[in-house]
Amino acid sequence: MSDHEYTPKSKVGKWFNDRLPLLTLANHLTDYPTPKNLNYWWTFGGILTFCLITQIITGIVLGMHYVAHADLAFQSVEHIMRDVNYGWLIRYVHANGASMFFLAVYIHIFRSLYYGSYKSPREVIWIIGMLIYFLMMATAFMGYVLPWGQMSFWGATVITNLFSAIPLVGESITNWLWGGYSVDNPTLTRFFSLHYLFPFLILGLVVLHIWALHVPGNNNPIGIDIKKPSKDTVPFHPYIVIKDAFALLIFLLIFAFFVFFSPNILGHADNYIEANPLVTPAHIVPEWYLLPFYAILRSVPDKLLGVIAMFAAIFVLVILPWLDTSKVRSTVFRPIYKQFYWFLVADVLILGYVGAMPAEGLYLLIARVATAYYFVHFLVILPFLGMKEKTTPLPLSITEPVLGGSTDMAMARNNSDFKEKL
Amino acid sequence: MKIFLKLTFLFVIISSLILSRANAAGEQQELLKVDWSFKSFFGKFDRASLQRGYQVYTEVCASCHSLKHLSYRNLAEKGGPEFTELEAKAIASNFEVTDGPNSDGEMFERPAKLSDKFVMPYANVQEAIAANGGAYPPDMSVLVKARKGGANYIYSVLMGYDEPPAGMELDDGVYYNKYMYGNKIKMSSPLDDDIVEYADGTKATVDQMAKDVTTFLQWTAEPHLETRHKLGFRVIIYLSVLTVLVYFSMKKIWSRIETKV
Repeated sequence: MSDHEYTPKSKVGKWFNDRLPLLTLANHLTDYPTPKNLNYWWTFGGILTFCLITQIITGIVLGMHYVAHADLAFQSVEHIMRDVNYGWLIRYVHANGASMFFLAVYIHIFRSLYYGSYKSPREVIWIIGMLIYFLMMATAFMGYVLPWGQMSFWGATVITNLFSAIPLVGESITNWLWGGYSVDNPTLTRFFSLHYLFPFLILGLVVLHIWALHVPGNNNPIGIDIKKPSKDTVPFHPYIVIKDAFALLIFLLIFAFFVFFSPNILGHADNYIEANPLVTPAHIVPEWYLLPFYAILRSVPDKLLGVIAMFAAIFVLVILPWLDTSKVRSTVFRPIYKQFYWFLVADVLILGYVGAMPAEGLYLLIARVATAYYFVHFLVILPFLGMKEKTTPLPLSITEPVLGGSTDMAMARNNSDFKEKL
Repeated sequence: MKIFLKLTFLFVIISSLILSRANAAGEQQELLKVDWSFKSFFGKFDRASLQRGYQVYTEVCASCHSLKHLSYRNLAEKGGPEFTELEAKAIASNFEVTDGPNSDGEMFERPAKLSDKFVMPYANVQEAIAANGGAYPPDMSVLVKARKGGANYIYSVLMGYDEPPAGMELDDGVYYNKYMYGNKIKMSSPLDDDIVEYADGTKATVDQMAKDVTTFLQWTAEPHLETRHKLGFRVIIYLSVLTVLVYFSMKKIWSRIETKV
């Protein structure tokens, strides 16, 4: 972090800033020293912020026209699509926005996995990030229920039924969640209420996420500690701002393509059929971004163990900073881990694929192998690899890729002092 | 370069995931494909086809299938069949709706107005089921979006009536259809040559009527499709120009330091 004291130039500014240091904060954000070698994978933080704001704004407008009632919800969505001015645009942006949000968050998470951004001293950023991800899944799931189509209803039934697997109190908990003895109007109204609340919790966590980021500063593609500010850094504004803006625009082009030319391809046709408790759809599938977890859930024969496996799949991510024992952050210097990283990417994609398929025959077998590998990666490979792997030498700094760098903050400072003396 | 290869790899995998999910139900026969005028970036509805499609809907489908999310005024709106307001009023006035209560507290019948929703063929779901041998004729407002394959699926089902393959037993009131899920449908083939008489002189073949009514149903499901395509094109152009401008600004700003961006 920059240590220099900031004083506003104008008298009014100084008067205000002494009472509430907003200008100091703004100055910190614009001057924030950022590693100059950040690649485009680092632009997804900004993109995600954009996604969250978009979802909140479109969601608030939709909430003005939507009616959370089992008899009226479907009709009110059609009202939005037909009669509200540009209602179709707002709803398609919101619905596809959820998918784009998850696309961006998965890239963001896998970037962190590749460059070891979760490692000391950034564990808290990572854990807050995982909390955000978890809340995102809950929010998206409840949002999908609101149109009250067939997939909404049956998706809600399947997922809420998971809680009935808990011994002794499972049944009571499920009834409590439903507000009755099945998914019905009380379920819909509470899901609407929570779907409106959660994004603001996410927003709060995002503020903490960024705050926690600004304490140690950004990680970078070579993963070594750097002195800030130094020759290795650039001020956030204008360098990173313009780069984020460029990446965001590319992202928006893809987003716009979905919204305007393929708005329903990411959804499921059955959700345009009004919810009917008497007719079960042929295949109940969640939205694509939940499929890997759905595959893990279904790959375990026992219901309770399946639920545990599904939540454990998220929990291993939370404790990842302590599962990965390697001190070297960036995969660039970890030749063996690099292979396993791409295996994991493939594994998750395979889980997503089989999650969309019926849980039978070969698909079920693949799902089981992929689930097992997922846990082996985090619980076996990562801890042992960190101890055994011979990493390639780290550079000293970003500007001068001389060997002898370190992931230890103190060392980095010494190194740069050393260089300055030279 | 490597990164682009990886990106392409990811893109291929993800898109095949999406596609495979779209075909998740598998087993079905491949649908008939029509080169619809409303597909593609600049896709628009064929106005005459929409009007003919409306005629097929009213004269054939409407006796069982509702269009409950539509209002008569929609028929005169831009981007739809674009009947004149007078024509739409005349269409609406053919239907009776129950209104009220009036100042005496009585409900009364009156001809439908532009602001009224399409009149439903049955009073409630139970009546519809009872009148159709136990099968509910689905509401058609968003039917195209509610079926995998969309317009092609609707068209295929309309064209897919055939003799059942040898050995297939069909109950009374159940018909064989090549494209219907499970190949069994409780609706008898609704279209026959010249079952309607088109005002514009188009020959009313089964294929023509199936295309027209499917086009009409695509519009009922997506009444703002034309606006969406038009606006989408502008948005893409706007974003592309802005992207180029921001790209060069970025290059300029980053040229102040030696690092490549």
